[in-house]
Amino acid sequence: MHAIQARFNYLPAFALAALADALQCSVAEIHSVSSFYHLFNHSPRAYDIRFSHNIIEIYQGKAALMQQLLDGLQLKQGQVRPDLRVCVDNTSCIGMSDQGISALVNGLPVTHLTPARITQMIELIEQSIPISQWPATFFQIDHRIQHKNRLLNSQIKAGDVLTKLSDKAQMWQTLQQAGIRGCGGAGFPVYQKWRLCQATPAKQRIIVCNADEGEPATFKDRVLLSDYPEWVIEGMTIAAQLIEANQGFIYLRGEYRYLLPMLEAVLAQRRRLGLLGPAAGFDIQIYLGAGAYVCGAETALLNSLEGQRGIPRAVPPYPVNHGYLGWPTVVNNVETLAQVTLAFLIGGQHFAQIGTAASKGTKLFSVSGDCQAGIYELPFGTTVAELLALANATEVQAVQNAGAAGQLLLSPDFHRRFCFDDVASTGSFMVFNRQRDLSAMVANFAQFFAAESCGFCTPCRVGTRLMAKTVEKIQAGQGHARDVDDLTDLCHLLRHHSHCGLGSSAGNHIRDTLTQRPDLYPLKA
Amino acid sequence: MAETAEIFIDGQRVAFQAEQTIMMAAHAAGIYIPHLCHHPELKPHGSCRLCVVEVNGRKLSACTTLAQQGQIIHNQRADLIASRRCVLQLLFVEGNHVCPACEKSGDCQLQALAYAVEMISPRFAHFYPQRTVDASHPDILLDYNRCILCELCLRASRDVDHKNVFSLQQRGDKTHLSVNSASGQLADSTLALGDKAMQVCPVGALLSKQTAYQTPIGARLYDQKPIAQGEAHDG
Repeated sequence: MHAIQARFNYLPAFALAALADALQCSVAEIHSVSSFYHLFNHSPRAYDIRFSHNIIEIYQGKAALMQQLLDGLQLKQGQVRPDLRVCVDNTSCIGMSDQGISALVNGLPVTHLTPARITQMIELIEQSIPISQWPATFFQIDHRIQHKNRLLNSQIKAGDVLTKLSDKAQMWQTLQQAGIRGCGGAGFPVYQKWRLCQATPAKQRIIVCNADEGEPATFKDRVLLSDYPEWVIEGMTIAAQLIEANQGFIYLRGEYRYLLPMLEAVLAQRRRLGLLGPAAGFDIQIYLGAGAYVCGAETALLNSLEGQRGIPRAVPPYPVNHGYLGWPTVVNNVETLAQVTLAFLIGGQHFAQIGTAASKGTKLFSVSGDCQAGIYELPFGTTVAELLALANATEVQAVQNAGAAGQLLLSPDFHRRFCFDDVASTGSFMVFNRQRDLSAMVANFAQFFAAESCGFCTPCRVGTRLMAKTVEKIQAGQGHARDVDDLTDLCHLLRHHSHCGLGSSAGNHIRDTLTQRPDLYPLKA
Repeated sequence: MAETAEIFIDGQRVAFQAEQTIMMAAHAAGIYIPHLCHHPELKPHGSCRLCVVEVNGRKLSACTTLAQQGQIIHNQRADLIASRRCVLQLLFVEGNHVCPACEKSGDCQLQALAYAVEMISPRFAHFYPQRTVDASHPDILLDYNRCILCELCLRASRDVDHKNVFSLQQRGDKTHLSVNSASGQLADSTLALGDKAMQVCPVGALLSKQTAYQTPIGARLYDQKPIAQGEAHDG
């Protein structure tokens, strides 16, 4: 489908029919999958523009720029222009919160948008200039690595760690001593996950790198994949040796499609070196997502990898026992795999020397908002206040930690420490100063979850939309005490009765703001 | 050890066999756990979330959770019933459910469950979605207004009838059922009255034509006994 869309900018009916024919299924079944993913278009347009619609960009003035573009193109949001030239719409965070206001144009990120750049874009579109001929500066992505610790300070070449590995018993020991826990959010111990997978009898096993970095305002995996790809791929190869996997996948979010040629080149080079491919008994394929936050959840990711709708599976069985096509599968986050490589480079005991008792090593933070945005690598145990100081954040009203699904931190929390026992981080760290009206954040997150719910279970499918509508009603000055009760009950229902982690965390921002910032919910007398 | 395998549902000892879910064990023991997307002849699904019970302190769907020795399970606790009422309110908000005008009234599991948990009034603002009715098939009516996305028809058609008549389109609150025929119409599908898919719809979305109102209102399944006491359709 990506190949079809890359060629036509949408999925034409005849192409889907041909695909259905080849797969011996109905067009409706193909459409069932394609319509699940927001980045697939089902109607023609020459230019498809999607503004990253996260609170960070909203506070920076995204709405005005989008309006300028819509007005310039004489267009309404979400509508294809009658000449089939262009469509402009929103999409969930595209992982560019450190790059100013940004948008995907035919799937490629255009960053640092300004009124002048929008004017240029309008001209380019009206003149039908293909995006391959747009100025390269439009697509420039500057990695702002603001603070390095031992991972980002280290350099390796392909095979540096792999060629020096000891026997498997020692490797397991290294992994256990390092005490790495998953960086994707759940914090599951890597050693245990790999052991469980390896202990499941099977003819083959699978290692998946979860590069579906969809939590609003995270971009650390983008930076790792761009600047430190060897670390990630080396980590996957180490995993393959230990769990005895012969196939690996990188599930790359569709928004990061621009990284694909570079990553393919890295894999090709590794095949030439014999580190991947038939001789190595292990190879890696890259699989592109297509715009679905839920696919960051490992079982939804596996369904997506199998070419299905990205619905989270019921667990158990867990992927380590029954994963991709039923094979025992380890799914690890990009950063986790990079940290594994570091552990094997410096040794497990050495690795575990920094951090806290339960959280070893360092953590990458994607910092954005009212501060010096960029990547910060800090040891576990660092306090929120320390990170804020490093990022030159002043007049801080609030921090949203761990993305929209995370937690709101106000100044009394700033002494708390980043670790799995206290402030658990997925990497996203949004800073809001005292000038910001946090109502906009609440509304944005509520819309985000309604847009990203997979629709499988009732609480999330209906509850997230109802939450967004209720928030909208209250913010329009039409709220009653009963609406707040409704929100409270919906938060409870989502938390405890949803099918998956997306649903159970979809009310967190409402819960946190209702308890800590009730002033954001003004009610009619 | 099989004879000693037991769980406790609201304090009652319930025997179970290996590979049985909590739902199956409860059903075998005559204990009713509310559900809409579950059918004993189909693979557990876990989407409606009505059967969420508390298992050793964790809220889990009874239809997808395996019974394990000694589990302490709460089914009929007030907070769980309140949550089920809320789930039902969400289902009523999402579709267009007009019980007095529906021929499934009295035989409808959604309606019967709403009575069972004392959902006496609507709560949230209704979405009033624009949905259609497919009356193209000579024997079958498909009213999308009443679909609750339980996927029972989809699964029965795919897994039992091996016809694969239905699929889901889009995602989130835009998710909707569709027919896998070239025209998208039921008439162009292979669905037949005798299909399993025709027997599993818990609401009035899939109805057989020409049989409406043969059983008068007042004499229908849940007019005689509440859903929790009677044998459910899926008995």
